[in-house]
Amino acid sequence: MENKKEIDVIIEKYKGKRGATIPLLQDLQSIEGFLRRETMIYASEQTGIKIADMYGVATFYSMFRLKPQGRHIIRVCKGTACHVSGAETIFHAVQSRLNLNELEDTTNDGKYTLVEVACLGCCSLAPVMMIDEDTYGKLTPDSVGKILDRYE
Amino acid sequence: MEIKVGLASCGLAAGAGAIYEGIKNYISDKDLDIKLRKTACIGMCFAEPIIEITTDDGKNITYGRLNEADIAPIIESCLQNTPLLEKAILSPDYDCPENDNKAAQTRIVLRNAGHIDPENIDEYLENDGYKALEKVLKTMSPEDVIKEVKDSGLRGRGGAGFSTGLKWQFAFQNQSDKKYVICNADEGDPGAFMDKGILEGDPHSVIEGMLICAYTIGADEGYVYCRAEYPLAVRHLKKAIADAEERGIIGKNIFGSDFSFDLHIKEGAGAFVCGEETALIGSIEGKRGMPNLRPPFPAKSGLWGKPTNNNNVETYGNISWIILHGAAEYRKYGTENCAGTKAFALTGKIKNSGLIEVPMGTPLREVIYGVGGGMKFDKPFKAVQLGGPSGGCIPEYLLDTPVEYESIMKTGAIMGSGGMVVMDTDTCMIDIARFFLNFTQNESCGKCTFCRVGTKRMLEILNRITRGEGVMEDIDTLEKLAHQIIDTSLCGLGKSAPNPVLTTIKYFRDEYIAHIVDKKCPAGVCTALLKYTIDASKCVGCTACARKCPADAITGQVKQVHVIDQDKCIKCGACYEACRFDAVIKV
Repeated sequence: MENKKEIDVIIEKYKGKRGATIPLLQDLQSIEGFLRRETMIYASEQTGIKIADMYGVATFYSMFRLKPQGRHIIRVCKGTACHVSGAETIFHAVQSRLNLNELEDTTNDGKYTLVEVACLGCCSLAPVMMIDEDTYGKLTPDSVGKILDRYE
Repeated sequence: MEIKVGLASCGLAAGAGAIYEGIKNYISDKDLDIKLRKTACIGMCFAEPIIEITTDDGKNITYGRLNEADIAPIIESCLQNTPLLEKAILSPDYDCPENDNKAAQTRIVLRNAGHIDPENIDEYLENDGYKALEKVLKTMSPEDVIKEVKDSGLRGRGGAGFSTGLKWQFAFQNQSDKKYVICNADEGDPGAFMDKGILEGDPHSVIEGMLICAYTIGADEGYVYCRAEYPLAVRHLKKAIADAEERGIIGKNIFGSDFSFDLHIKEGAGAFVCGEETALIGSIEGKRGMPNLRPPFPAKSGLWGKPTNNNNVETYGNISWIILHGAAEYRKYGTENCAGTKAFALTGKIKNSGLIEVPMGTPLREVIYGVGGGMKFDKPFKAVQLGGPSGGCIPEYLLDTPVEYESIMKTGAIMGSGGMVVMDTDTCMIDIARFFLNFTQNESCGKCTFCRVGTKRMLEILNRITRGEGVMEDIDTLEKLAHQIIDTSLCGLGKSAPNPVLTTIKYFRDEYIAHIVDKKCPAGVCTALLKYTIDASKCVGCTACARKCPADAITGQVKQVHVIDQDKCIKCGACYEACRFDAVIKV
């Protein structure tokens, strides 16, 4: 198994602790950006948390991913203020720029993953998107392209 | 001279980081005697990036909408004690455009936000920080605290509006070897960022409120359940907890008393339903966040089956002020049934969007046109949305409704946690109802059938109406389904999910009819009911629209009238935005 050492350190941290499932999965996900099937099975064996419970949690919360994600995560805000300021157009602009269709969220080259988020709390700068840890506001379909150029 | 830079997440998104670095470099290059400090959000998000300067002769000026070129002239003018006022937005000493905005507000829970450095515990301590805790531990019994909080009339600011003092009393009365205190910081309503503003700007005030609550109910352990989408709030909170531990404010025998307390942060993993208290508790326990039937209430059987008190961020943020100033002083603000103030995230098509705080009972009109400065564009006001996905849209003729729980409830909306989104005539009310229902439908945990399936059916109907395929019976079906979902759902999510639909049907029925009967969207939002054409008398043939069209639907020679091919048009509106001659028209 890849990253076994790192995984073992994380498992050791949460072993036997109550309510550990979510932080355990959060830490495990931070290694590769998603949860591998074999990692979850291994963690389940080591901690005694039932794999069904673990999978149940991993599929309940939107933060967990079971598929690999791109190197950069683009979060387009679809909160109320952004919605009334044209978030839909921004989302489509990013989508077409990255050549993604309705069913894909990650580019073929593994560079970007595009997701919608409910609200980033920067409503006065609507419409807003976040690329990794950086927030960009007052977007237009044109400015989206310019911002993405910086990550080329 | 002193300069404070607002470095909350909205400020950073607007470029405050570069302003801070610019000022820092300017000071060191010129070797100036200026104290540069960090603070969080002062609430005037519309004017970010913002700095506040206190000159050597004691004058105070807040500047907004800054860019790096402004740094040198503003600093130099302030050093001469003749401050430039062109970009000044607020000042107690000069006539500035936003002075009235500030005067219209009363800041209790936001008293420190935007003024102190949230990462520096000493600044909190200098502003009466942890004095209320000390007072409680040294001079008050748990019964005294409960009485004071009850007398203050403080009601839960998360939206339900239950008496905080009474809630504490229940948790206090339930005997147990172990009790917990939880702070609900899972602010999930789209369009709401009050709790974020408080946690980023004044995290210690929330911790102090939790400590006072823990002492009162007899708890020795607590959790802040914070939304993971707020990385800066989590960072400030972690720092605040570590600093408080270092000073012995969190830990064993606090202020030499018998009271000990440990505080942990739990980062959410993205589930709106976790804002419901039983779901939140389940999530802390490591489970899927699904609500449970109440009773038993958490005050009796909460986290790990122990008595637990759960309040939201803003509620805890009020506590230390109430203890220090007294219940009677708090009651001077607000109304008979709703004491104190309420923070709102004022956004949408409004001039001064941002984080505001007004006394309970202030009419909506005053919030929107007074504090908010009125409509952003020249379009007329249409509705204000309160309470997010659980709330509703309030029309123009009800704008004199005071902001307090019962009055807002009467309109069919709810006070909610404080999201207030202003909409103009460019907003389609069916689209808004659909937007919120899409949200709740996605976030329904699936436990209750009507919430799981009913919201889906309602969404399908709304989708049909916005495509121009609705029939008049749809309105009745929507209302029927809405009431069934309200009656049969376990938690607040399902019980309130139909509110956006019900209020839009109630106040904007004609708009539903326009979509269904006339196949028109009066706001020009629903793309299926729209057509873009070019007005031949206005088109100058500049080709701007054709170059922008992603579907190659526009043809025409240079300097000749252009034409849109309706079969190819995807109705994205790019041509409408691109035309500088108003030749592209939406019909």
